[in-house]
Order: sequence, then C-alpha cells, then structure tokens
Amino acid sequence: MNPPLIEIKNLSAGINGKQILKGISLTVRPGEVHAIMGPNGSGKSTLGYVLAGRKGYDVTGGSVTYDGKDLIELSPENRAREGLFLAFQYPVEIPGVNNTYFLRAAYNEQRKHRKLEEVDAVDFLAIVRQKMKLLELPEAMLKRAVNEGFSGGEKKRNEIFQMAVLDPKLAVLDETDSGLDIDALRIVAEGVNKLKRPDNAAIVITHYQRLLNYIVPDFVHVLWNGQIIKSGGKELALELEEKGYDWLIGKNSK
Amino acid sequence: MTTTKSKPAADLGAHLAACESFAASTAGHEWLRTLRRNGVTHFTELGFPTTKLEDWIYCNVAPITKLAFKPAASADASVTAKQLSPFAFPDWTGSRLVFVNGHFSPALSSLPAPQKGVTVTNLAAALASGDALLQSHLAHHASVDGSGFSALNTAFIADGAFIALTPNAVAAEPIHLLFVSAPGDAANTAQPRNLIVAGTNSSAKVVEHYVSLGGAAHFTNAVTEIVVGEGANIEHAKFQEENLEAFHIATVQATLARDSRFLSHSISTGARLARHNINLVMTGQGVDCVMNGLYAVGGKQLVDHHTVADHAQPHCGSHEFYHGILSGSSRGVFNGKIFVRKDAQKTDAKQTSRNLLLTDTATVNSKPQLEILADDVKCTHGATVGQLNDEALFYCRTRGIAEVNARRLLTHAFASEIVNRITVEPVREHLEQVLWARLEELIEKK
Ligand SMILES: Nc1ncnc2c1ncn2[C@@H]1O[C@H](COP(=O)(O)OP(=O)(O)OP(=O)(O)O)[C@@H](O)[C@H]1O
Ligand SMILES: [Mg+2]
Repeated sequence: MNPPLIEIKNLSAGINGKQILKGISLTVRPGEVHAIMGPNGSGKSTLGYVLAGRKGYDVTGGSVTYDGKDLIELSPENRAREGLFLAFQYPVEIPGVNNTYFLRAAYNEQRKHRKLEEVDAVDFLAIVRQKMKLLELPEAMLKRAVNEGFSGGEKKRNEIFQMAVLDPKLAVLDETDSGLDIDALRIVAEGVNKLKRPDNAAIVITHYQRLLNYIVPDFVHVLWNGQIIKSGGKELALELEEKGYDWLIGKNSK
Repeated sequence: MTTTKSKPAADLGAHLAACESFAASTAGHEWLRTLRRNGVTHFTELGFPTTKLEDWIYCNVAPITKLAFKPAASADASVTAKQLSPFAFPDWTGSRLVFVNGHFSPALSSLPAPQKGVTVTNLAAALASGDALLQSHLAHHASVDGSGFSALNTAFIADGAFIALTPNAVAAEPIHLLFVSAPGDAANTAQPRNLIVAGTNSSAKVVEHYVSLGGAAHFTNAVTEIVVGEGANIEHAKFQEENLEAFHIATVQATLARDSRFLSHSISTGARLARHNINLVMTGQGVDCVMNGLYAVGGKQLVDHHTVADHAQPHCGSHEFYHGILSGSSRGVFNGKIFVRKDAQKTDAKQTSRNLLLTDTATVNSKPQLEILADDVKCTHGATVGQLNDEALFYCRTRGIAEVNARRLLTHAFASEIVNRITVEPVREHLEQVLWARLEELIEKK
C-alpha cells in the first residue's frame, strides 16, 4: 500500500479554548477520495481549518503527519506551498484585489518555495485560460476582485478554479456543493474528477449524497460531536441519505 | 450653514501687513479690489481658526500661524521642466498647467489644443482679458466668512486655473493642474484660486495636483470653486503629495445644478498638516454626486477631511467613500456632514468611512454628522477603524501567500478600492506608483 499522504492521529482541537474536535483519526493515501459527512456543528469545517492552520484553532492533542512532515508545525502558507489546499465553505471576499493578480501571486509564491521559476503575466494567463475551460468559467471572472459580489455558486466555482491552478496534493473541499445548482454541481464535480491523479487525494466535506454520485469516494466518514463515529465505503453515504444520522447518533450517545 | 466666529488667537500683524502691501501693489478691476478688500476684512475678523471651534477641534493650525508668511508674487523662474518629471502622469496626452508657488508658469505648461467652447487658462490671464464669468462666479460659491483661510485666500486672489465650458462643450482631454512649491526660501506661501465653470450639458475631467520640490516647510492655501451647470458632468480629482513639512489647507466648493453629475476624489499622502474641505451643494433636482477619498499617512502627519453633502433639493443622490491608512503616530480626521433640507424629499445619501491603523499609536476621529429635515429620505452611514481583516489574511495565506505579502496585498487593495474609481487611467497609474511606494514606507517604518 502507498505510504499515507496525511495521517491524522487522535487529533483534538479547540477554538479559543472551546473543545471542538475530540480525538479524530484519519489516514488518506495518494489516489484516494474520502468523504466526511455529519450534521451541522459536528466539527467538519473546524477540521478543515485546523488542517489549514487557522489562528485561534489550537491543537490540544494528537498529531498530523502530512507528506512525512509535522503539519502542525508549519505556517498556513507553508502548508499551502507543500500542496495542501482548503476550498472554503464560505470563501472570503477581497475587494480591490484582482482575481488573476491574486492567483498569480499565490502561484508564484508556491513555485518559489518549490525552487521553480516564477511565471510572468502572459504565461500565467495561458495556464489560467486552460483551467477556466475545465470549469466552464466566464472570462470576466478573471478581471473581477476576488470573490467580491460573486454569487454563492460563483464563489464555490472560483475555489475549485483556484485549486485547478494551484494543483495541490491534498485538497480539502468544505461543502463545495452547497449553493450550486445541478448543472454547476456537475461541472465542478467533473472538474474535480479531471484533476484527480494517482498521486493526489481529496477530503470532501458534504451534507449530500448527490455530490458523491459524481465524485465517488473510496471512504465515507461520519463526524459527530467532534468524533468520527462511523466509517465505511461509498454505500454508507446512501444509507445516511436514506436514514439520516439519528440511528448512528442514538447508538453512539449510549 | 452656520459659521462660528472666534477671537483671532494668533498675532495677525505680519499677515495683515502682507495683505495691505499686496492690495496696494496689485491692480485690478474695482469689483476684484472690493472682493480682496472683503477677504481682508473677514480675515481680520476671523483670524486663524483655533481648536475651540467645532470644525477645527482636531486640527491645530498654530504651527501655520508661526511660520513666516511669505506669499509669492510671481512664479519662481528657476524651476525646470526636468524637476517636474516625477509628477508627470505616464503616457499623458492631456494638457498641463503648471503653477509655481501659486502663479502660472507658461514656460512649464502645455495648454490644450484650442477647442471651441472650452477655455483652459490661468486666472490672471482671464482677469486681464476681462472674462465676464469671473465677476459673476469668483467668490460667489466659497464663502469668505467660512474660515480665516478662505478669507485670506480671497484677499490674495491673483492667479490659479480658470476653466470654462460653454453649453454642450466636452473637453477633449483631461486637464492636469500641477501646483508646485519651489525650493529656496524667497517665498513659502502659495494661494492659488481656481475656478471651473461648466455650462449646461458640458463635461470635463480635471486633476488638481499639489507637490513640493524642496524639503522645507511651506504653506499652500488653496480655494477651488466649481460650478456645474444643468446636466453637466465633471470629474475632479485632487491629489496632494507635498513634502512632510508642508502645511496644506484647501477648499473645494462645488455648486451642482439640476441633473448634473459630479465625481470628486481627494487623495492625500503628503504634508505635515493637510486640511481638505470639500463642500458640495446640490441646488437642483436629480443631481448625482460621489465623494471618493483616500489618505495614507505616517510619522506625525495630520490629515483632516471635512466634507459636506448639502441636499438642498429633492431627488439627489450623494455617495461618499473615504478610506484612511495610518501608520506611525499619525492622526486622521474625517467629518462628513450630510444636510437634507426640508424640501429635499427622496434624498439618497450614503457615507462610509473606513480606516486601517497599522500601528497602535496612530489615531482616527471619524464622525458622520447628519442633519435631516425631510422625512422621505434614505441616509446611511458607517465608520470603521481597525486592523486588516483576519479572515482575508488567512485566506491569502492558505493560498501560499506569505503573511507579510498578504498584509501588503490587503493594504494596497484597501487603497485601490478608492483609486479604482478614478476614470483617468494615467492618473490612476501615477497614483498606484506613488501609493505603492508610500505604503511600503508606512508598512516598513511603522
Ligand atoms: N469561532 C468560534 N468560536 C466558538 N465556537 C465555534 C466557533 N466557530 C465554530 N464554533 C463551534 O464549533 C462547532 C463546530 O463548528 P463547525 O463549523 O466545524 O461545524 P460544521 O460541521 O462545519 O457545521 P456545518 O455543517 O453547519 O458547516 C459548532 O458547535 C460551532 O458552534
Ligand atoms: Mg462547516
């Protein structure tokens, strides 16, 4: 078996002192897609933020080894440069920063970190155009400020567009499907699938089985109250769709 | 508008003597001499404002009263075109009128190609040729009794820019007015007086740009009156990048007639003390105006914007956006008045003032002042003072952008939101360059 890309062991974490994650273990290997499902407030986004290194989200126990390194020791930017990508549940608007400019700044900082030559505006535009086609994005989006005034669906598509350009090893997609209509969902999911390779992996956070019809997971985990209370194959998602979470939670709270 | 009179606090002897000798030595029509005399009278009465006056609480002008008062009598001829190259806008095809210490320099200027219905000249020349618009507009809009500074400027009316558009005239190119303070200590005070009169349905873009060539203290006391006729469309950008010892006091007074459009920008990075009064009076219905402003200061700089949107008539819209970036122990003041007069129903007035403090020692006083006498109006205002948005910083970092670069990017973006509203691209480009350099200084030296 491949060595793990990320190995989360018994991870506990809190937000400003309040305990949210209570001992999570999860191993993701290259080539795999893991889905994380769970009711509102169960800690899914918190897990994403902890992995990305958000300030105020403190690890209180356990470990995270990413690509052989202690992830918790790295700054958010170094995690990104090492190939970790978080697609936000609520992407942040940055008025005054041009989308293309922003993405090129990010792209070049990542290249620099990997000792690769930086890319000029003209070459970058070529890269960007190609990725835009993949996601069927309108060219006008490049000229706008990052996420400013974007609709919910446009923001989510922009996240995946960024992911396509930055080409991460491990992508954590936090409810990328919410806010997308069925056509946009299909386009985004197909985009994600096209980016899939044997040497990268994805953790897909979602509430809906619908997304998993397109992005077929190898594993499905149920997060509840800061813990993974059930793991299984893709059929688990179907079971959840049918029965909801109560049967699991009831069993677990005993 | 109410004006509060004060006892002159400082000794005005030197200033008054200068007024007298100016009046005695300067020719002019009777109406003009009366105007100046009026300025002297009001200045004598008002003197310089003190911090006891509500409008000047945060703006202590005592250092100006202590500066030797040496108004220039003419343009300093030693200034060369080469010295002005840092202040040229890239790929500029428009005209440029240069004023040295407040006086027009034909040698350094390039006037626009003659265009029917468009007059672009200097005030002294227009006065000499007896343009009738001067008598009917000069000092009819900016009140001489508003503050001692405009009275003082009026006492010294001699030169500045004069732009006039006949009905339906559209100025082919934007107009750059460059006000230069010359090095050397022969003169240290410039008091330009500008007048823009835009006829019905005319349109023009004007940039008023203030710079210093030397590093010594000097004093700019400027007044610009703008008369925007019915349906006319005027964009006025003011950019103040004087040296860090300079004192800059200026009023922009615009009278906006029915259905006119007025876009005002004030970008202020320079001067030890800068006070900008921007007063827009909507005298007809259907006016749409924007006040857009940015200040970026550090060290011990003080920058004070006092703006007025006076809705005297119904169905007008005013939209105001001010951003401040403050470093060191600099101080920023924003006071935005919105008057909605009794009959000004359906007014739509919006005001936002946002300030970014790069240090703990920088301060801002931001105050909206709403006086609403009509009942069917929409008025909103909001002010924020704080640091960069943590969420946005984190977002940048998750994409691989180093924290310091993310801070740069967001600070610059905060400035760009304002700069991007300027429609003249070369001006925007110049500002981007100057601001980028200034922001680097502010971020590094904080
Ligand atoms: N800044 C915060 N301070 C304190 N508690 C917080 C903060 N942010 C989130 N929480 C709490 O942490 C818990 C987990 O929230 P999280 O956003 O991770 O849930 P989620 O599983 O992503 O939910 P959803 O499905 O609604 O997106 C919730 O109880 C939430 O109220
Ligand atoms: Mg969430």
